[in-house]
Amino acid sequence: MAKLESSLTNMVISLSLISAIMAAALGVTYLLTKDTIANVERKNINTAIQQVVPAFDNDPFADQFKVNNGTDTFVCYPAKKASQVVGYAVKTFTNKGFGGHISIMVGFLPDGTIYNTSVLEHKETPGLGTKMTDPKFKNQFKGKNPNSYNLSVKKDGGDVDAITAATISSRAFCDALGNAFKAVHKKVLSSNNAAVTDSSAIQKGGLK
Amino acid sequence: MNLKYFTNGLWKENPTFVLVLGTCPTLATTTSGFNAMGMGLATTFVLLFSNIFVSLLKGFIPDKVRIGAFVVIIATFVTVVDLLMKAYTPGLYGKLGIYIPLIVANCILLGRAESFAQKFSVFPSALDGLGVGLGFTMALTSIGCVREILGSGSLFDIKFVAQDARTILLFIMPPGAFFTFGYLFAMVNRYKKGQ
Repeated sequence: MAKLESSLTNMVISLSLISAIMAAALGVTYLLTKDTIANVERKNINTAIQQVVPAFDNDPFADQFKVNNGTDTFVCYPAKKASQVVGYAVKTFTNKGFGGHISIMVGFLPDGTIYNTSVLEHKETPGLGTKMTDPKFKNQFKGKNPNSYNLSVKKDGGDVDAITAATISSRAFCDALGNAFKAVHKKVLSSNNAAVTDSSAIQKGGLK
Repeated sequence: MNLKYFTNGLWKENPTFVLVLGTCPTLATTTSGFNAMGMGLATTFVLLFSNIFVSLLKGFIPDKVRIGAFVVIIATFVTVVDLLMKAYTPGLYGKLGIYIPLIVANCILLGRAESFAQKFSVFPSALDGLGVGLGFTMALTSIGCVREILGSGSLFDIKFVAQDARTILLFIMPPGAFFTFGYLFAMVNRYKKGQ
């Protein structure tokens, strides 16, 4: 088959048609994968929520609401058992990681104590910053209440044991947790500390 | 049977160790065996389909706009891979995520479209795409394995040293990629010279 001559008409027709065909192919792929991708993302979030808050029987994903710490907005997933709030999972993030963005799911008990954390996304250095997903580093936050626990690394005068050779990643981790605590504290915890057992009060305070 | 189109990319014109194309993903994604293999296979997929389509459309693409047309075709299949990986291999996608869209800029793809697919018919082009892609995968996986063994003390995520053992971290950091690539490159070329 002879090559098409490089005339203006030929070039326009050829490129337009190729683009149109490829755009159609992309559209089809998008439609085919859309639902699966949404499911995967939802499943990831649900798995993370299960890890960071005590056992619950509601659908935190459906009950999600937004919390704000003044600068950033985070999504908060309330976990309830027998319609009583047992914890709040907050999807928090920081851009202060060594590789930039880090996204973490952190669970707070109704009194503000950290229940557990789960790193969702990060681009830290393998072998160094990636150790923030190791239990050795993660577990030190369990059961600590940021009201009395200084969420910064020991080098900066805080209470957190940083990962060896990954102080920046450790700082970023603390930053993300601190952001989440501030946001959740402002919106939910502070107004309900007096009546943590009264679930209706928490619901009013938490979900407005 | 023209099997030489297939084996050519595997060894004789291996894109990584002989043509030295696509070194950016080679260095960036080979921190472990799995990551490297995932990147290689994703590239193979794109290469196979971009070669097929470039070969099919070669008579229809005027010379002056061929690069533009190739890039549109390549970008389409990269996005397809991106969506498919997001949907079906979310774990691997999490690790390779940012490098998948960069396959567009991998010069192996444009190189094969330009130097092979636009001159040959569909079947040899498909074989060439597959061969070059698998050659790339092999090279990446071997670099990835060396770096993982030395840097993490594991192979394909199976750890064979203690959890907190001291490994040569340098090898999973960027300089380690250059060292590993350099040594393997030298070894392959030494062997080829001896043949």
